[in-house]
Amino acid sequence: MSTLQAPQAPGPSALHASLARPRLPRWAPAGLGLIVIGLAALLLVLGVGFGGSVALGALTYLVLLPTWSAVVEGSRAAVDRLVTSLVWGAFAVAMIPLVWLLWTAIDRGSSTINLEFLTFEMRNVIGDMQGGIYHALIGTLLVTLTAAVISVPIGVFTAIYVVEYGKKNRLSRLVTFLVDVMTGIPSIVAGLFALALFVLLVDPAYRSGFAGSVALSLLMIPTVVRSTEEMLRLVPEDLREASYALGVPKWRTITKVVLPTAFGGIVTGVVLAVSRVIGETAPLLIVAGVADSVNTNVFSERMQTLPVFIYYQYGLATDKGRAYAWGGALVLILLVMLLNLGARVIGRIFAPKKG
Amino acid sequence: MAKSIDVSDLNIYYGDFLAVEGVNMTIKARSVTAFIGPSGCGKSTFLRSLNRMHEVIPGARVEGKIVVDGQSLYDPAIDPVAVRRQIGMVFQRPNPFPTMSIYDNVLAGNRLNSKRMKKSEADSIVEKSLRGANLWNEVKDRLGKPGMGLSGGQQQRLCIARAIAVEPQVLLMDEPCSALDPISTSAIEDLIHELKSEYTIVIVTHNMQQAARVSDDTGFFNLKAAGQPGHLVEFNATKKMFSNPDEPSTEAYISGRFG
Amino acid sequence: MATTTPEDVGPGAPDDTAPDWSNTRAGVGDRVFLGISRAAAFTILVALAGVGVFLFVEGFDAFSLEPEAYAEGGGASTFLGYVGPLVFGTALAAVVALVIAVPLAIGIALFISHYAPKRLAGPIAYVMDLLAAVPSVVYGLWGGSALAGALKPVIGWLGDNLNWIPFFSAEKVAVNGRTMLTAAIVLAVMILPIIAAICREVFTRTPRLHEEAALALGATRWETIRYAVFPYARSGIVSAVMLGLGRALGETMAVAMVLPSSFLVTLSLIGESSPRTIAANIASNYKESTPQMQSLLIATGLVLFAFTFAVNFLARWIAGRSERRLAR
Repeated sequence: MSTLQAPQAPGPSALHASLARPRLPRWAPAGLGLIVIGLAALLLVLGVGFGGSVALGALTYLVLLPTWSAVVEGSRAAVDRLVTSLVWGAFAVAMIPLVWLLWTAIDRGSSTINLEFLTFEMRNVIGDMQGGIYHALIGTLLVTLTAAVISVPIGVFTAIYVVEYGKKNRLSRLVTFLVDVMTGIPSIVAGLFALALFVLLVDPAYRSGFAGSVALSLLMIPTVVRSTEEMLRLVPEDLREASYALGVPKWRTITKVVLPTAFGGIVTGVVLAVSRVIGETAPLLIVAGVADSVNTNVFSERMQTLPVFIYYQYGLATDKGRAYAWGGALVLILLVMLLNLGARVIGRIFAPKKG
Repeated sequence: MAKSIDVSDLNIYYGDFLAVEGVNMTIKARSVTAFIGPSGCGKSTFLRSLNRMHEVIPGARVEGKIVVDGQSLYDPAIDPVAVRRQIGMVFQRPNPFPTMSIYDNVLAGNRLNSKRMKKSEADSIVEKSLRGANLWNEVKDRLGKPGMGLSGGQQQRLCIARAIAVEPQVLLMDEPCSALDPISTSAIEDLIHELKSEYTIVIVTHNMQQAARVSDDTGFFNLKAAGQPGHLVEFNATKKMFSNPDEPSTEAYISGRFG
Repeated sequence: MATTTPEDVGPGAPDDTAPDWSNTRAGVGDRVFLGISRAAAFTILVALAGVGVFLFVEGFDAFSLEPEAYAEGGGASTFLGYVGPLVFGTALAAVVALVIAVPLAIGIALFISHYAPKRLAGPIAYVMDLLAAVPSVVYGLWGGSALAGALKPVIGWLGDNLNWIPFFSAEKVAVNGRTMLTAAIVLAVMILPIIAAICREVFTRTPRLHEEAALALGATRWETIRYAVFPYARSGIVSAVMLGLGRALGETMAVAMVLPSSFLVTLSLIGESSPRTIAANIASNYKESTPQMQSLLIATGLVLFAFTFAVNFLARWIAGRSERRLAR
């Protein structure tokens, strides 16, 4: 029988039948998921334990869905289903630590944070007396600010050299390579460098916020160079040519046309670089030291920072120490997120507008 | 203030690669000179050498002489930046500065060269240049808006306004209409007609009708063979070029038999 | 029509404002600006040379101290004996972290680039960026006080049931959950977003045309990825993994806060005492800054630097090689 002879016949023709394949119903993955969750809940009730029932449930799902698919749809579709479940699973597994970490920080940190916690220092605080992170906040802000003051000009001008002047000459290729190397410097090695530098130049017991800033700069410069380079390369060559054709010298073209066009991106990159180093602990632990009161002079005396505060309080291994550590951690997380959010907003504000 | 340009024995290189070979011509003042020819024959390269813009590409260099106003452009004492102030350029794709308003775009050449000027003076330059580019009536109510918000044809006229705001002696145009629709193209062609009373205009175009419509003189560039440098085949009055060219290869190109 | 000859509008023409062709003022500005940029580039050169030189000068003595100076390192008597167990511990933690992180990272990258609904992909990528931004000290805090507790039963189960695998055999299984496995999981969570971000980038940059060609031939989504995405992404994945490894090798706080460690060489991931990493050793000993100890720590730092440098260099080389190959 052919389609031409029986146009009114509802039955599938030979041609059409070859396109229609048995498929699992659309709800199959989700439905099976629900069933498996039910099974896992049952296991939990039967006393298998939380981790065990989740693991068994996931395993069941990974076996059942491809098997069902293999029976109905064939092996190629089954493999596809398996990989899809695995990919979704990977995503779910990766979300666990983030949610867990944030929840723990909010749960344990929020009860610690109050006005006193933010405005008190730890000087002469013993036992159950109320202490705070004021000195660490001041220290973190000063040290990070100083690091930014050191690294932003160096980073931005280096990127300008590489993109606008270097044009693949030997120095610019060497610098690009070295920036790659710097990206890989472990933060503790940056700390050791600052320590070795100031031990040789000043004296063996020298500890200060400034030494910490130097260490952080070493970690921050490559990020700033990288992001600035990327942004400068995004500026169309057309614009530079338009400016040259107006008889504008190169440096004015860079400062008046190229940099303003890339400004939003560069600022975003700098803020993200700051958010990366603001949580650095290891180098500051080594060179900025530990302190329990406010120090506003970055060039002398030990200076407490928020990450070191967290580490120190955690190391006390007391209930109060742990509570304070989580309080500090929550403040630090909020700072970092604020910076990240700020970077995005800044990028959007300074993006070249249309209309 | 328009100037004529004398080119003699010009060779243009990119590194070791000879791109254009042995060009000789005199471009007349207050006229429109068009360059035509197949893609990759060096018309744009030659145009860019006229205001030393090709130097922006690393490794590019020039042998021979270009004389404008009695001064040799490639003399060591000559500052290329100063050359570009006198010889303006309009590019293939409109390229207004994205961070600047329409007003600031027109003034970019003056402002970026840190020329101080009074507000009234600046206003009059903006109005004069925009009127000169036939754009004034369309944008006079939104001079503070970004230049990127204009249509393609308006952007290109903005770029022309920007180029004439610094009062150059010569205006180079590198396929100024290739990214535009027919209506915008005709607006630009009308503008070129008006501008030639004050400027020496050199235009590169792929469109032979356009060359015939707007230009007084035409130069035909071609490659001798694939991989060989481009050279100037014929330079003549446009009327003669399109009716009775001296070279058979020009006629072949114009009548569409190759290229 | 103006068909003037050059002579007509020569320099003497009345409307001529003889332009200053050889303007040098702009040249000064250009030279100053170039000078500043070049100085900045040189600063980076000097800084990096400084890192090498200062670490070397300060750490050099430590390569050949009296044998008893190394004794703290599990009774070692030479620098190699001291640093050997540390290198082992560093490598073990980093490799285990990689084994956990890489499959997950590739899964997440695929999820964002090919599997997630369009509306979800953006926010998820943002969340992964946030995960990358959380400071390491907070990860350490979480690992030491939350994860360790939760892993106690898992570690106990592994010790009871899988102790025929060298990684899970231990004379004394840790009861507090603070083990090498815990530290490696924390490290894995930290490097996960880094690897995932690079892989995502690589996956989205594969030529769309090839993917569509595969789909048009009737490939399933997985087959498309296997035949049209992975071949292009392979070197990108490898270099992402190497960068993650470099990060894991150098990480200090998370390990120092999770793991009570000693100079030890053991494959066991769940034992009560665990190998120590170079970075954690520096962090836990920096306070005893006798000059001798300081220079010993700096010397180990130099070893760590060399280690991460090699790994990063390899990563760039692999990425660069494939770029050159694709460019051809």
